[in-house]
Amino acid sequence: MIYIDIIILTLLAVTAVTVARIRDLWAAVMFTGIYSFLGASWMLLLDAPDVAFTEAAVGAGISTVLLLVTLALTSKTEKTSTSVPFVPLLVVIGTGAALIYGTLDMPHFGDPSAPVHTHPNPGFVERSQPDMHGLPNVVTAVLASYRGYDTLGETAVIFTAGIGVLLILRREKKSANTDDSTTEGTA
Amino acid sequence: MNSFPIVRIVSKILIPYIVLFGLYVQFHGDFGPGGGFQAGVILASALILYGLVFGLPAAKAVAPPWLVEKFIALGVLVYAGTGVATMLLGGNFLDYDVLEHHFLTEITVGGQTLHMLPSGQHLGIFLVEVGVGITVTAVMLMIFYCFAGRETASE
Repeated sequence: MIYIDIIILTLLAVTAVTVARIRDLWAAVMFTGIYSFLGASWMLLLDAPDVAFTEAAVGAGISTVLLLVTLALTSKTEKTSTSVPFVPLLVVIGTGAALIYGTLDMPHFGDPSAPVHTHPNPGFVERSQPDMHGLPNVVTAVLASYRGYDTLGETAVIFTAGIGVLLILRREKKSANTDDSTTEGTA
Repeated sequence: MNSFPIVRIVSKILIPYIVLFGLYVQFHGDFGPGGGFQAGVILASALILYGLVFGLPAAKAVAPPWLVEKFIALGVLVYAGTGVATMLLGGNFLDYDVLEHHFLTEITVGGQTLHMLPSGQHLGIFLVEVGVGITVTAVMLMIFYCFAGRETASE
C-alpha cells in the first residue's frame, strides 16, 4: 500500500513541475487534468471518496474542458519571457516558506488527539444513527442536516457564481448580436 | 468531431452510464459516498461530453439554455423551500424532524419490511440534496454554454 502512496505522490510532483515548465498550453491543460485525476486517486487512498468524486469530476472533467474551450479563444503556446522573474520568485519562496512554517504548528497526520477529532463533538458518529433514524452516511448527515445552513450557503455561492458568469458573458454577446441571443433563447 | 468515429461511438456508449452513475450518486448519497454536488457535477459532465462530441447545438437541443437558466434558481428554491416548509410545519428552519410522516414509509411483503417513502430526516436530506444537484448541474452546464458559445460569437 505504501508503494501506491509513493508512486502517486511522485507522479503528482512530476506533473506539477511539468505543468509549470511546459510551454505548449494544450499539453499543460492536459497535464492539469492528469494532476486532478492523480489527486482524486490520492483522496481515495485517504478514504475520502466524496472528495475524490468531486476532484475527478470538477478537476479532471469540467475545469479541463473549460480551460480547453478558453484556449480555443486564445493562442496555443505560452509567450516566452526574456526577463528573469526575480520578484515573482522571491514572492513564491516567501509564501512557500510561510506556509511550511504554518504547518509546523499543525497536529501530526492522523493524530487522534487533534482538535478536528476531539473538538466540535466526538459523538457525531454515534449520535447520527439515532438522530437520522439509521441513515448510514455520517458525511451526508453532517452536510445536509447538522450543517444544513452551511450547505444552503454553499448552494447560494454556486448560484451566485453561475449568475455572475451569465451576467458577464451573456451581456457582451447581446450587445454584439441581439438577434442571436433571442433565437438562442427559443432554440 | 465528425471525423472521429471512435470518440463518437465510445461517447455514445458511455454517456448513458455516466448519467446513470450521476443519478446513483444523487439518490444513494444518503447511504454511500456522494451527494448533490458530486451528482450534479457528474450529470453536467455527461452533458458537456455530449456537447463536445456532437456539437453545442446538439447539447442545447437536449438541455435548452432557457430551461437550464431556470434550473439554476430552482435548485436553491427547492433547498430554501424545504427550510420554509419545515418552518410552516412548526419547526425551525431546516429542522427535518417535522417532516416525519407515516404514509407508505414501510410496507411488508412476504414477511420482509421494505422501506418505501423517506420520512423525517431522510426526506429532508433527500430534498435538499436534490436542490443542490439541480443547481450544480445547471450552473456547470450554463458556464460551459457561456464559454463554448463565445467561440462562435467571436468568429
